[in-house]
Amino acid sequence: MRSAIHLSSAALALAALVLTAVPIAVAADTPDPVGEARAFQKFFTDKFPKVKLEDFVNGPYSMNEDMHRQWQDKEQFPPYDFSLEAGKEMFSKPFKNGKSYADCFANQGIGIRQNYPYFDEKEGKVVTLELALNRCREANGEAPFSYVKDEMAALTAYMAFTSRGKPFNIKIPDDPRALEAYQNGKRYFYTRRGQLNFSCASCHVQNPGERIRAEVLAPAIGILNAMPIYRSEWGGMGTISRRFTTCNSQIRGVPLDPQSDEYRDVEYYLSYVSNGLPISGPGARP
Amino acid sequence: MSIIRKAARFKFTVSLATVLLIAGSAPVFAAASDADFKNAYAAAEAANKEAGSLRNQWTTTSAALAAARKAAEAGDFDKAVASSKEAEALAKASIFQAISEKEAWKAMEIR
Repeated sequence: MRSAIHLSSAALALAALVLTAVPIAVAADTPDPVGEARAFQKFFTDKFPKVKLEDFVNGPYSMNEDMHRQWQDKEQFPPYDFSLEAGKEMFSKPFKNGKSYADCFANQGIGIRQNYPYFDEKEGKVVTLELALNRCREANGEAPFSYVKDEMAALTAYMAFTSRGKPFNIKIPDDPRALEAYQNGKRYFYTRRGQLNFSCASCHVQNPGERIRAEVLAPAIGILNAMPIYRSEWGGMGTISRRFTTCNSQIRGVPLDPQSDEYRDVEYYLSYVSNGLPISGPGARP
Repeated sequence: MSIIRKAARFKFTVSLATVLLIAGSAPVFAAASDADFKNAYAAAEAANKEAGSLRNQWTTTSAALAAARKAAEAGDFDKAVASSKEAEALAKASIFQAISEKEAWKAMEIR
């Protein structure tokens, strides 16, 4: 009896997949990043005509006045302050070899967050800020940090803070591999996965402002501008890697390794379509 | 035949089919063996491996596989086989999802 119930639930899941898998319309296969970013931003400004474009970086707090007031209150004593202070200290502390993070980045790492991720034409892949920080550590004989929280969140919090207000400036160089990375990121963003059959877009394009259980879903536009974030739900700070992996597990998909190609590419895509919106990180979320 | 009678006959047929389906799926005639578990588990694991190659495994598949191993260790092979079959069905659904989404994602794109 039990096995029959299990099998029938699996059959039901399969039937649901079949129903949702029917393609309604097919997008062009050749990506047009400039036009697509314009359409992406227009979608959200049309959907939320009262929200200014730059305010979307405040995620769920941009969705209505009550939420916005909550955000203003929270910013009086921001819960990410401890992490920010720790990140500032870590950033200035030299490695054992005497060098520091500043030696690995343009402008000594100050005010550069808005340029990440970028497409590295030598490597032929997307390089995120989290990845660059760990590569900096390893190049200087230090062990890499976990990508999801604590030290990595503190370092990226400080770097984001030094870029506050600077608009995302993600570039796609004239290299077919860069365009492919953008397209792969876009595909990942819209692909349904996990037993719940959700894509990133199911929540953050189709339902921003709506509740999923007790939480208000953030719009996809500007969603990375506020990273890293302090989340009450996490009881601490989390990086972009943490956001992607937990999104996957929440929809009952096995997360990929942090900084796997898919996550790097989706960060590239999501950052590119938010070009022009200001960096607001570190942020705080419910 | 009236509509009510037709509806009643249809309802009976559906109920009968459901009973037969459940009876056919449940291991009522013989207890499962270690070999049954190993076969069922291997099939589930192979399907989950294929889902992994498509970068689309489900956490529920992993949980069902773990439940199957735990039941087998406890000597409950009926439960171990049932959990293995559940894992296989879930893994196959995740494979179907990954394959259909290769094109279906385009329908969701903002344009």
